[in-house]
Amino acid sequence: MPKFKLPRKSTNIDMTAMCDVAFLLLSFFMLATKFKPDEPVTVVTPSSISSIPIPDADIMLITVDPKGRIFFAIDNKLRRKELIQNIDEYKKLNLTEQEMNTFAIGSSIGVPFSQLKSFLAMPPDEQNAYAPTAPGVPVDTTNNTEANELAAWIRSARNTNPKLRICIKADGETSYPNVKKVIKTLENWKIFKFNLITSLEEIPVGSAAYEESMKGMKAE
Amino acid sequence: MAEMDTSSGGGHKKGPGVKKSKKMSTRVDLTPMVDLGFLLITFFIFTTTMAKPKTMEINMPNTEKIDEKDQTKVKESTAMTILLSKNHRVYYYEGLATDPNVPPDLKVTGFKDKDGIRDAIIAKKLKVAELQRSGALGPKDQATFLIKPDTNSTYADMVNILDEMSINDARVYAIIDITPVDQEFIQVTEAANPGN
Repeated sequence: MPKFKLPRKSTNIDMTAMCDVAFLLLSFFMLATKFKPDEPVTVVTPSSISSIPIPDADIMLITVDPKGRIFFAIDNKLRRKELIQNIDEYKKLNLTEQEMNTFAIGSSIGVPFSQLKSFLAMPPDEQNAYAPTAPGVPVDTTNNTEANELAAWIRSARNTNPKLRICIKADGETSYPNVKKVIKTLENWKIFKFNLITSLEEIPVGSAAYEESMKGMKAE
Repeated sequence: MAEMDTSSGGGHKKGPGVKKSKKMSTRVDLTPMVDLGFLLITFFIFTTTMAKPKTMEINMPNTEKIDEKDQTKVKESTAMTILLSKNHRVYYYEGLATDPNVPPDLKVTGFKDKDGIRDAIIAKKLKVAELQRSGALGPKDQATFLIKPDTNSTYADMVNILDEMSINDARVYAIIDITPVDQEFIQVTEAANPGN
């Protein structure tokens, strides 16, 4: 057999094209990404077929964890600053400027007013470590309005921003009475329309809602 | 693209006195840069939240005082009461059970695709449509579902039943507090079927 001498080829590949692709994808992800907001507790929301997205701004988020603890948050730093000033005045907490700023850049609040000052005085990393063990915002739906601190938060938040949409994010395993407390509190403030945060689920084939969605698709 | 042709040199020949500078290749090895690019991509993939959670809008019945004449009375024949109980169990009966001495026919089911509460809702809607056709009910009467979550039900049950309402296109429904009478109905049914 005659020997063939294979011509040696260089193993150097031009990486330029690959580099281009990598950075194209990178820029896509950088633009499309929205960082997961840090939450004090992990909440697994139940799923529904509803496909309305959460509004981007002016949200009041009430988180209920499986044990029934309640965490309260609103978006927008400036609004948070206004809110804490309002609360400070209303509840006479004597917060310092520094503590108010900590609140403005922080996340959800899950402590009663009596502990709010000491909570905000903590350094940020200590706060994050404490948050999962926080007792939650007290909610008492009996007539004693002073004990219902969630109501005070809602009142102040709506004073600072009347456009706030109220979203309830509760864990599927939370027992109903805990959620009912929140709903009752909202009802006391004459809020009868609010949003429940759910994850998306497929519409069962053959149901009335399925027919409806099919009709919509055909019309388009 | 990243390479530039440097071999062709200048236009004219350099004189003998001019030192020929060593020609360096402008080729850069881009492999580490690609590595870096992909590393960052993986980072962004992991931190990103692509599926934005959705919301479900809910309107609670107004608790403010309404004039007697403005109140809409639910007709017994259009109503179906759904009770949410422990272990994601669902009890339902037709009508309002206003008379505690006549216990309704409580049926037990759950959230499932077949033979679940969905079929009961569809059956009720058909029944109301049938009554409308026969003239027993006016065209404005719709199947009305009264949802009463018991204290030992979970939030997921509530969301599921609201979801069933939208799945089955049930327009008229309300979440109301469970009454002791209804709780008694559940207890009686549970006592009758200890196997469950």
